[in-house]
Amino acid sequence: MSTMLAWSVTTAQILLGCAMACATFRLLRGPRAQDRVVGFDSLYVNAMLLLLASGIRTGSTLYFEAALIIALLGFVSTVALAKFLLRGEVIE
Amino acid sequence: MNSAAELAALPTVLTAVFLVSGAAITLIGSLGLLRLHSFYERVHAPTLGTTLGTTFIAIASMIYFSALGKRPVLHELLIIFLVVTTTPIGLMILVNAALVRDKFESDGASRRKARDEHPDVL
Amino acid sequence: MRRLVPFPVLSVSLLGFWLLLNQTLSPGHILLGGVVALIGGWALAALKPPKARPRRLDRILLLAVLIFVDIVKSNIAVARIILGAKRKERTAGFMKIPLLLRDPYGLAALACIITSTPGTLWVDFNEASGILTIHVLDLTEEAGWVDLIKGRYERRLMEIFT
Repeated sequence: MSTMLAWSVTTAQILLGCAMACATFRLLRGPRAQDRVVGFDSLYVNAMLLLLASGIRTGSTLYFEAALIIALLGFVSTVALAKFLLRGEVIE
Repeated sequence: MNSAAELAALPTVLTAVFLVSGAAITLIGSLGLLRLHSFYERVHAPTLGTTLGTTFIAIASMIYFSALGKRPVLHELLIIFLVVTTTPIGLMILVNAALVRDKFESDGASRRKARDEHPDVL
Repeated sequence: MRRLVPFPVLSVSLLGFWLLLNQTLSPGHILLGGVVALIGGWALAALKPPKARPRRLDRILLLAVLIFVDIVKSNIAVARIILGAKRKERTAGFMKIPLLLRDPYGLAALACIITSTPGTLWVDFNEASGILTIHVLDLTEEAGWVDLIKGRYERRLMEIFT
């Protein structure tokens, strides 16, 4: 791997790590439940992008599948959490 | 890892540019979670990461693996499609939930206030 | 044919997804993906969704290009708002727009377009009065947003979903 690519992957991973930290702050801090869910939504998208960047670092396509699963499960859990906030129950 | 050494210059540069710009856009979006001041403003912030951020990083991944394997690798399109179509749905339900909760809380607050002011009526 | 493949567009896209996911064009996977696509079509037919009749593929492609350009533009605008220090000139708030569009699929498409564009958010649509409520991050010129949604998106969506 050329040095330029290695540096850019490292930069991207650091930037995405900071983004995850921001999302985690919002997840922990709140102040209200809907703020936490927005933080969670942002957190899983950032984690998925971090996995894609890790895939470029290692040159393995296995990370793609993990990213796809995170995208799917993250969506389902965001909707479940939002639905819970809406009605107090997930399945009516 | 070893085969990556003979990667041509153009795909390397393109991958690096798309990767870093995608990550930067995502970071700006997440910074919005910290810097914006109300919930309804903060809901706008993640959409930066889910539109352009995801698209750029997925394009970087496609370019890199296509150059690495010397054949088109396109399955990152699935991630773009999934993220772009699913995030709006989650956010819309979430905003509705926030509106319902706000309304519920303000109703409760006014009822409490009325009870405090006229304890004999309620 | 109608009974075998009740939703041709859905079945073809399921087959496309299957082939993308497996990164192959081998006959075995085309066969397997075809089975998945058929079963997916029957499953959707069992749910009996209302009929959608999207017309004019050229208009759909044009709309997709427009949406992409708008998403890039509003990404830059929202990034500027987040990074900018001066937040006094900006007011965020709700606004109401009367819509003529009634097709459920058109409304769903409009909801996804508005929400996935940074800076605007679909909040509520009142079916009886046809009034749409959206939340806008930068509400300096309300007429511009009405123009954008009514002139740019609603008119084109009404052409596609007649």
